[in-house]
Amino acid sequence: MRRSLDIIAMLFAGLIFCSSSLHANEKEGEGVNVQHIIFEHMLDSYTWHITKVGDKDIAVYLPVILYSKTSGWHVFSSRRLHENGGSYEGFYPAPEDSAHAYKLMEKMPDGSLVRPIDLSLTKMGLALLINGAILLLLFLPAARWYRRHGSDRNATPTKYVSFVESIVEMVEDGIIKPCIGENYRKFSPYLLTAFFFIFTCNLMSLLPIFPGGVGVTANMSITLFLALCTFLMVNIFGSKEYWKEILWPDVPTWLKAPVPLMPMIELLGIFTKPIALMIRLFANMLGGHMAMLVLTTLIFIGFSAGMVMGSSMTFLSVLFNIFMYGLELLVAYIQAYVFTLLSAVFIGSAQIHHHKAKEEK
Amino acid sequence: MSLLVPDSGLLFWMLISFGVVFFILAKFAFPVITKSVEERKNYVETSLNSAREAKETLARVEEDTKAIIAEANKEQGRVLNEAASQREKIIAAAKDEASEQARKTLEDAREQIQREKDEAMLSVRREMASLSCDIAEKVLREKLSDQQSQMALIDKMLEEVVRETGAQGGALS
Repeated sequence: MRRSLDIIAMLFAGLIFCSSSLHANEKEGEGVNVQHIIFEHMLDSYTWHITKVGDKDIAVYLPVILYSKTSGWHVFSSRRLHENGGSYEGFYPAPEDSAHAYKLMEKMPDGSLVRPIDLSLTKMGLALLINGAILLLLFLPAARWYRRHGSDRNATPTKYVSFVESIVEMVEDGIIKPCIGENYRKFSPYLLTAFFFIFTCNLMSLLPIFPGGVGVTANMSITLFLALCTFLMVNIFGSKEYWKEILWPDVPTWLKAPVPLMPMIELLGIFTKPIALMIRLFANMLGGHMAMLVLTTLIFIGFSAGMVMGSSMTFLSVLFNIFMYGLELLVAYIQAYVFTLLSAVFIGSAQIHHHKAKEEK
Repeated sequence: MSLLVPDSGLLFWMLISFGVVFFILAKFAFPVITKSVEERKNYVETSLNSAREAKETLARVEEDTKAIIAEANKEQGRVLNEAASQREKIIAAAKDEASEQARKTLEDAREQIQREKDEAMLSVRREMASLSCDIAEKVLREKLSDQQSQMALIDKMLEEVVRETGAQGGALS
């Protein structure tokens, strides 16, 4: 107990030292711009900046791929941007307060900035690829074991295979089967992929160093894509009864005959459900990351008010961040679970068949 | 604001990474895993069921065996009892016969003895009669060798006869 207290005290001392030296670096600018720091972390960027050793930036420079209607394709490394103060080949970063903050814009001859088609492999793009690779590395060896030992009834799964099996079964038995019902098999691969993709992304975004630390699920594009997938799954495979419930629901005729009030509400519901999915995941992950970033920047703010203030802020910040970290680990799981659960519920509710609809009456 | 604007480039990379991961996992990983797990579950279930059945069968067989053993025990007891009673009977019968035989033999022997005794008695009596006759003849011959003694005998006899008749007459009168 005493020893662990000592270790904690030393950790804090180290942290205070580190943060005060960081503060010295920061001092060169004019104060701490919390908003800038947070947005820099939450937004996508063309370079994956890892850390700074002395004056040297350690970063992964990623390919920038742009297509402009006027000048065609432009492919170059983001190192060029870095070397040229952010602009290259007539492309300039958009100002921070615009809709495309920090994204590259093409400067037209008349001086206006136009957004080109931007297919750059950005920080988040690379993070997505890494997370995808992690998923493949997690599941394919297990699948190979099953293919190899599939017919052998006496084969005992290795620890790793049983682990994969247990998490897959957890999602399948805990979410997919009860929510969708009998023909869950068709949707199970999508929902499993969605769950593990979101969960992996959430966990990786909590990792503070290189392959992680990018909050991909705290990005609207990602959650939009996932919600769109669920939307398509729900409506493409929706049964006849599902569409009947929407277009001609079981309500008094005056609610649907002259003015299609209920059908309109139901149609709206088709879109609000995936939008809710999208916003929920995005907002939860963004909120958590922002809270942690704000708590971290408290250290800098504290040091700008003096050494004592800075030290006590460091103590509080680390304490709260530990708590937030635990909470975020929970949230990482819960949000993946909730997304999958609600997707499964929506898909299941679009799988109504006649006997089931009758039972409900 | 820029946080809320979806980016087409990122959507493209998301489409690629999620699409590829989904395609590969949906084709090669998840169906295999879930199918194998399900198969294993079914296998375990059927194994448990057959084990239960085997146990039940075993219990039934054991019961049957017990019943058969009990039956056999009963039969054995019955057979033993029967044998015992049979033996008793045979022994009793043999004893009866033996005693009967013995009795008969004894009777025969007794009869034989009686017969032989009678015969012996008869022959002894005959012998004695002839002997006494011979003796009496010899004695008479001895006694009646002279006149006087013959006469004396006659007298004596006469006297006896008279006395006898007198006694008779007296009794009559």
